[in-house]
Amino acid sequence: MPYADPVEQLKGRIREVVLGDGEGAVTVGGAAALPFCAFDGELPHRPVIAMEVFDAAPAGWPAALTEALGDVMGDPAAWAKACVEQYGADMVCVQLASTDPNGANASPDDAAATVRSVVDAVSVPVVVYGCGNADKDGEVLKKVAEALSGVRLALGPATEDNYKAITAAALGYGHVVIAETPIDVNMAKQLNILITQMGLDADRIIIDPSTGSVGYGIEYGYTVMERLRLAALVQNDDMTQMPMICNLGKEAWRTKEARAPQDEEPAWGDAHKRGILWEATTAITLALGGADVLIMRHPAAIATVRKAIDGLLSQ
Amino acid sequence: MALTGLDIFKQMPKTNCGDCGVPTCLAFAMKLAQGGAELEQCPHVSEEARAVLGEAATPPMRGVTVGMGENAFTVGEETVLFRHDKTFVNPCAIGASVDSGAGDAELDAMAAAAKAAAFERVQQHLACGFVAVRSTADAARFALAAARVGEASGLPLVLVSEDPEHMTAALDAVGTAHPLICAATADNADAMIALAQKHSCPLVIRAAGLAAVSELTEKAAAAGLKDLIIDSSPATSGVALRDQVFARRAALKGKFAALGYPVIAFPGELAKGDEMLEAVFAAVGVAKYASIIVLSGPEAWRMLPLLVLRQNIYTDPQRPMQAESKVYEIGAPGSDSPFFITTNFSLTYFIVSSEIEASKISARLGVVDSEGLSVLTAWAAGKFVPERIAKFVRDSGVAEVLSHRNVIIPGAVAQISGELDEELDGWNVVVGPYEAADIPAFMKARAG
Ligand code: SF4
Repeated sequence: MPYADPVEQLKGRIREVVLGDGEGAVTVGGAAALPFCAFDGELPHRPVIAMEVFDAAPAGWPAALTEALGDVMGDPAAWAKACVEQYGADMVCVQLASTDPNGANASPDDAAATVRSVVDAVSVPVVVYGCGNADKDGEVLKKVAEALSGVRLALGPATEDNYKAITAAALGYGHVVIAETPIDVNMAKQLNILITQMGLDADRIIIDPSTGSVGYGIEYGYTVMERLRLAALVQNDDMTQMPMICNLGKEAWRTKEARAPQDEEPAWGDAHKRGILWEATTAITLALGGADVLIMRHPAAIATVRKAIDGLLSQ
Repeated sequence: MALTGLDIFKQMPKTNCGDCGVPTCLAFAMKLAQGGAELEQCPHVSEEARAVLGEAATPPMRGVTVGMGENAFTVGEETVLFRHDKTFVNPCAIGASVDSGAGDAELDAMAAAAKAAAFERVQQHLACGFVAVRSTADAARFALAAARVGEASGLPLVLVSEDPEHMTAALDAVGTAHPLICAATADNADAMIALAQKHSCPLVIRAAGLAAVSELTEKAAAAGLKDLIIDSSPATSGVALRDQVFARRAALKGKFAALGYPVIAFPGELAKGDEMLEAVFAAVGVAKYASIIVLSGPEAWRMLPLLVLRQNIYTDPQRPMQAESKVYEIGAPGSDSPFFITTNFSLTYFIVSSEIEASKISARLGVVDSEGLSVLTAWAAGKFVPERIAKFVRDSGVAEVLSHRNVIIPGAVAQISGELDEELDGWNVVVGPYEAADIPAFMKARAG
């Protein structure tokens, strides 16, 4: 029996979601095949990388990061410019970490001013992540949505506790919602249903399925993503057909393996390369799981993952 | 479809003669069903039964063992495309290559680094799986280099050369160690197949594209070889991924026997000297169907993330990894250091211990056997309840090393604190943070 390529055509298709406005707009999603399986069906948009910018200079980062990023770390607009101009980021992701009520507790107005400064500094789409406190994120993202009306930000994470506030803000001011659920296919579907029931078009939702990094539960996130993508493409399940985003930079860089200097863990080898690789292997695994947007931190990890995506798409 | 042991048993002679090495036909049938035996091992099976069982009894993907003794590895025998369908079976082997033309000192250093690339994680031993020696000088040097790194590292060998003369020399030196011969091609197939037969070694079949590979595996199979590994010599990582997906689909879904073999990958050749990119391509292979991954070097900075990723991808998705139940010392705790408890779900353990570590305050972490469940799930399932926790604390002997009697429980199970207080006579139960991320702040506040 001669060999024939076992191509598999699938029924479903991922929705296309447009982020940003004007000439800088970027479309994500659209896949009619499993990740990088262009031999099965059309993959109109490659996975993109949104590089992180923090609203205040982060403390306690390992040398691999602080040496690479240098003095832009205290200046969100300059940092965002560097992301795009120096490191070729497709998008910028503003992490509003300092709005955390258990931390600096920056106000919604401060947050909106930070996002405004980033949007003004770059022409690429901007993703905005709150600090993870549901109530505070609801207040903050509402203010951000209002201040940046019409620029089509991606706002998240909207969870089952605050999706109403964030969805209302996205509806009112023309943005996209990032719907986050804790590593669970059915919860992801359910939140998408609740958000669309509020009147937001399904092509203005991105799924954040939650993820761990390599060594810290990546297999759970990876498998939930594979299952979501199979539900979308094989079963043609409408409420799973959104693009996916993974907020992985913070997961990779909080692991001991990415952070420990070589003198603390001599058996683990070069700390710089190890840290960068921890982020890069996490990112590529999630891209294989179906991530359409990868939120990343280290310039060298970003450059490597971009090359890897180029390589995987050259078939 | 795979047959069950009972389906197979119906076709067996049922004489229980034991010639197969197993006492009964039923036991043999069971072994066969699990892929642990081959039909040929029963000399008495009828032609008719052979026809019925032959196809069904052959696993869709061959298992292939490389090396000898405790460091030998087996790859293949995979049964699914997605890990949520069923656990992946044999973790891919990840190893590194060295050139035979390198100096002895370089060979020794490489072998030592390969041997040193070993880590303990969640009660599993993760290690560099093999050393691949590429012939870059003459045949005699290839043989010497292979013997030298094989001996120094103690690891299985992959012998990389397409020149049968070089391979002959190397196999004469190390053939008894069951190395992987890499590779047979359309040009050298007869000679390489003969060498694999002579030394009973597994053989890589290399050709451009899966169609050419399958022609060559059929040729090798017709010559009686079974332990084959395939290499479709992809030009890009995208083609490598495509071929790996197609080969696995063809083998598992299409029952296409000519591709029912594990795949070997050389990510360094696709990354063209970029060692970070090479490692990322290797990660693609870990998730998507490479069974043997040859890196250009064995350093810990690249071995560790790849081996840990492999551990993650190959775990049983139904049965979470478990940390050993005991009291862990984080930093250098003294008698007055804080004492936390949590469950033995590996992820819970990792996250809690890394947050404690991030606080830069030494502490002890008691990991209670909760059958691998996370805190809330374990509590709901009755596996992380006062009785069990109290027993753990008492049996651990931690009281003898502590000058205080404060036990910090996860904030998520604050409701058990009263009952635990009663169970643990003389102890004071402290409710810790709900989220692990808040542990450093909690510890700093307590330390004043
Ligand atoms: S050799 Fe064959 S007949 Fe004899 S016990 Fe084994 S399976 Fe049964």
